[in-house]
Amino acid sequence: MEEIREIMLSSDDIKTDDYLVNMGPQHPSTHGVLRLLVKLEGEIVLNVQPHIGYIHSGIEKMTESLAYHQIPHLTDRMDYLSAHMNNEAVSMCVEKALQVEVPERAKYIRTIFNELQRIASHQLWWCAFGMDMGALTTFFYGLRDREDILDIFEETCGARLTLNYSLPGGVQFDIHPNFQRDVKAFIKKFRAKLPEYERLLTGNVIFRERTKGVGILTKEDAIAYGVTGPSGRASGFSCDVRKKEPYGAYPYVKFNEIMGTDGDTFTRYHLRILEMYESMNIIEQLIDNIPEGDYAVKLKGVTKLPEGEYYQRVETGRGDFGVYIISDGKKNPYRMKFRSPGFSNLFAINNIAKGWKIADLVAIMGTFDLVIPDIDR
Amino acid sequence: MTNDSLIQTLSTLLPDAQVKMGTQYVEAILPLEKHHEFMLKLKNTPELAFDYMFCLTGADFADYLMVIYHLESTTHNHIMVAKVKTADRVNPVVDSVADIWPTADPNENEAFDLLGIKFNNHPEPRRLFLDDDWGFPLRKDYQDDVHIVSR
Repeated sequence: MEEIREIMLSSDDIKTDDYLVNMGPQHPSTHGVLRLLVKLEGEIVLNVQPHIGYIHSGIEKMTESLAYHQIPHLTDRMDYLSAHMNNEAVSMCVEKALQVEVPERAKYIRTIFNELQRIASHQLWWCAFGMDMGALTTFFYGLRDREDILDIFEETCGARLTLNYSLPGGVQFDIHPNFQRDVKAFIKKFRAKLPEYERLLTGNVIFRERTKGVGILTKEDAIAYGVTGPSGRASGFSCDVRKKEPYGAYPYVKFNEIMGTDGDTFTRYHLRILEMYESMNIIEQLIDNIPEGDYAVKLKGVTKLPEGEYYQRVETGRGDFGVYIISDGKKNPYRMKFRSPGFSNLFAINNIAKGWKIADLVAIMGTFDLVIPDIDR
Repeated sequence: MTNDSLIQTLSTLLPDAQVKMGTQYVEAILPLEKHHEFMLKLKNTPELAFDYMFCLTGADFADYLMVIYHLESTTHNHIMVAKVKTADRVNPVVDSVADIWPTADPNENEAFDLLGIKFNNHPEPRRLFLDDDWGFPLRKDYQDDVHIVSR
């Protein structure tokens, strides 16, 4: 024992072994069943290897035996915080293939729902992110305000989380008579509440110290790794599908694509707060101008897409979501692929987290806003 | 770049590829043996500059498997689809493009996991979602008596 001690003390270049730690699948900050195999030297992260598939549900395989009007009902189980956007993506892809023009009213309703959903998604992200960083108060504030949006959803389409609202041809039901009044009341209320969010977290010294300059993602890396959504825009990668390929009622509204330059954790955080303001601007421009008319066009009972390949992109709360259909002219898709934004974003974390402490890894992962069913599909 | 000029540029740059207009985007079917070299050209030619791969997937077409790459240029804002067919479906092998677009790394693993397409020179080949002894579920001849209930 003495001998070993002497060797240990005399030698300068003795290092502790790198060790591997499993973060997850039950870790609270992974927000779902995700396992990160983290290679550590002391507290410093050397490598992060994500292991996924715990809730892989084989949606792409399932779609091959479903009709086109059944598929949207599966997609809101993937990214449950952007359920409406997922439904809309499938609907629009089918409409594009059939060359069906959706009524203006449906476009407006879909876009308002999109933005409400985006606010709700960012609210939940904000409150959970605060909790990751050790601030429990945010959780109550975020969930309190999110409740109002879910009530609006419930009133119109009967569901709070998995909306199932958008179907090929339009939306399932007309909006509730109180919809416009409630949305306006919510926006008025939330405009007053959002500065509270900023006071609680954005201005907090401890929070700023932990996020400013931490986990920088350069613009080149964001493009190379396919990091989209608020995380990509924080690095200066202009990737907003609403601007690039406007769909729904987005061509009729004026809004800014919020961009950052630094690409650090704080920019990714603050960009989402600013996006909530922008979403409210979009809703305000649309809510009083919803045109009268049908809310859907009637499609045939059995929808057969013409032979070919169709791709539809939408901007969800997490980024560039894509639906890719290869059709052979039958009533089921030959092959259907969902391009999930979370999947690409997750695999960029290894590149960013290297060299940072394990507590910073939690902060970095938090700002990527991972939703695991979206990644596993 | 418009679709017409994109088709022209691609046909001169990639002489062995079949370039045509697809239902939505310009499509190029690349020859298997020169696939990696051509993909490198798509990324590095300044007038094309396809630097953002937003979708990588595969599909099973009975005689062969196909890998489908959706590419976008963030500088020129044009989109194309590159495709490569494997020689057969028993041992489908395609060169990896993970060294050109890092986002291809996990996506190729997914294609391997669900379709059984092997990628040469992949930095970290592994199955992403399923167990090692699982079949390849997205192939059309996939049989699973336990998990798929047919009525």
